Amino acid sequence: MTKELFIQGNEACARGAIEAGCRFFGGYPITPSTEIAEYLSIALPKVSGSFIQMEDEISAIGSVIGASWSGIKSMTATSGPGFSLMQENIGFAVMSETPLVIVNVQRGSPSTGQPTMAGQGDMMQARWGSHGDYETIAISPSSVQEFFDFTILGFNLAEKYRVPVLILADEVIGHMREKVRLQDNVETLKRIKPKEDLKDFLPFKNVENGTNPMPSFGDGYNIHVTGLTHNELGYPSTISPKDHSTLVKRLVNKILKNREDIISTDFKYCDDADIVLIGYGSPVRSIIEAVKIGRKNGVKIGYLKINTPWPFPENEVAKIAKSADDLMVVEMNLGQMVHEVERIAKNNANVHLFSEIGGTLPKPTDILNKVKELL
Amino acid sequence: MEGIQLENQLTYFKNVLQIINCILVSRMIKEIRIGGFGGQGVILSGLIIGKAATLFDKKNSVQTQSYGPEARGGASKTEVLISDEEITYPKVENPDILVVMSHEALLKYHKDLKKEGILIVDPDLVHIEVISEFINENKIEVYEANVTKIATEEIGLKIVANIVMVGVITKITKLISIDSVKKSIIDSVPKGTEEKNLSAFEYGYNYNIS
Repeated sequence: MTKELFIQGNEACARGAIEAGCRFFGGYPITPSTEIAEYLSIALPKVSGSFIQMEDEISAIGSVIGASWSGIKSMTATSGPGFSLMQENIGFAVMSETPLVIVNVQRGSPSTGQPTMAGQGDMMQARWGSHGDYETIAISPSSVQEFFDFTILGFNLAEKYRVPVLILADEVIGHMREKVRLQDNVETLKRIKPKEDLKDFLPFKNVENGTNPMPSFGDGYNIHVTGLTHNELGYPSTISPKDHSTLVKRLVNKILKNREDIISTDFKYCDDADIVLIGYGSPVRSIIEAVKIGRKNGVKIGYLKINTPWPFPENEVAKIAKSADDLMVVEMNLGQMVHEVERIAKNNANVHLFSEIGGTLPKPTDILNKVKELL
Repeated sequence: MEGIQLENQLTYFKNVLQIINCILVSRMIKEIRIGGFGGQGVILSGLIIGKAATLFDKKNSVQTQSYGPEARGGASKTEVLISDEEITYPKVENPDILVVMSHEALLKYHKDLKKEGILIVDPDLVHIEVISEFINENKIEVYEANVTKIATEEIGLKIVANIVMVGVITKITKLISIDSVKKSIIDSVPKGTEEKNLSAFEYGYNYNIS
């Protein structure tokens, strides 16, 4: 059954979470993400789920980690200031391999910034915000439909790799209303539980593909869940160089070695393009409009739309850097993902930045004017 | 010399681009902007129009909104694009139709209106005469509808002024069908208030517009 609705991005996200099997939300309301919490506070009890408003975002993500270990798909939603408060526990979720979804509907920043305006200033924080070496999965929707679809994808990836998955949306997509088609028989991933006898079970085994089955509290397994470096049994092992490097490399590699499975991009008109626009999230709307107008005026212009900013789609960008002379990253910050594009494009293409801050979408005509200056 | 030539070429290109963009946009997409202050239901009126266009008229529509952090009294704006084709860029730069429910919104947005565009105002909330020069120069079609007064006096509920305005917009623009708007209102307003809202819509739709 497909249902058509005219709803906000935030509501589409919340509906996607329910479809994906999310049954716990712990959060602290913050503009422009509040509608997600609002919707789930009504919807979750109807499907025997739980909603809790915590005293702040630190405890909010703590509650989500605990709920996930009780065997329930869990999430929170926030914006920049709350995302900052969550950083420490994101590291704990990475280290303890706790599947969960964090939605960050980005607003103007730094600090409390512009609550009701859009921004993309948290892209590098999403990658490096918690201390230590770790890899992250981040997904950015650029339509209300994608906010629904990518939330489901986020839950599936979180379960598959036992990681926190970040959905990096922004105010434009969160508050925009569009028609969406909601499927109710979506593909969802069920958490894989261990089958071993209690006494033989190694919860944090150094397995080939990096991801172990996950028991829940109450299943009977004796599990120690810790942020300290731990051995395969889960017990702290903080002075063994071998245990530390084995653990951290496994956590990093379970994402890096599965890039192909995780990364998603879309591109158009890139084959003969002199210049390729690169973007993610809501500015993709401006990019596609600019490319449409440009092509009608004979400008050889194409675009690369990044659906998963992290892990960064290195191969896709490298390929385009070889075929086009110029790449222009369009983002609503003073230049963040452009550094990644520069790192990959190296000497193969000139990398430019179209930066827009202040809270509104870049105008397609402004993008095209800058393109024309370059060509 | 070469620098000047290049600059001229650039300006020429920019102009051509803007003209083409205008032609494309005006042919395929109709852009509506509604401005007022928080609490008037400006955003709900945009939602009703967008929903009527997509779910019931089977066109494409995108609705966005912008507002300040205040619960009431701050500036509030909604933009709706309606098209037969897919809409990529969701923001309105130069509306075909501007609806204002506060003097502040009139002052802030009137200059964005397209030439020969439509301006709909509640005359009890704005001093339209301050922009008469702009209206004449750009051949703006102006419609005045006392929606707040109608809501207060006819329905007995000031808060349905936005729905009276939706009725006026439906009548003047013909962008959305009357049946679709009615369905959209029923689908969007709080349960139990459907009748009052539909009645507000009828008052707006049947208003003798000057």
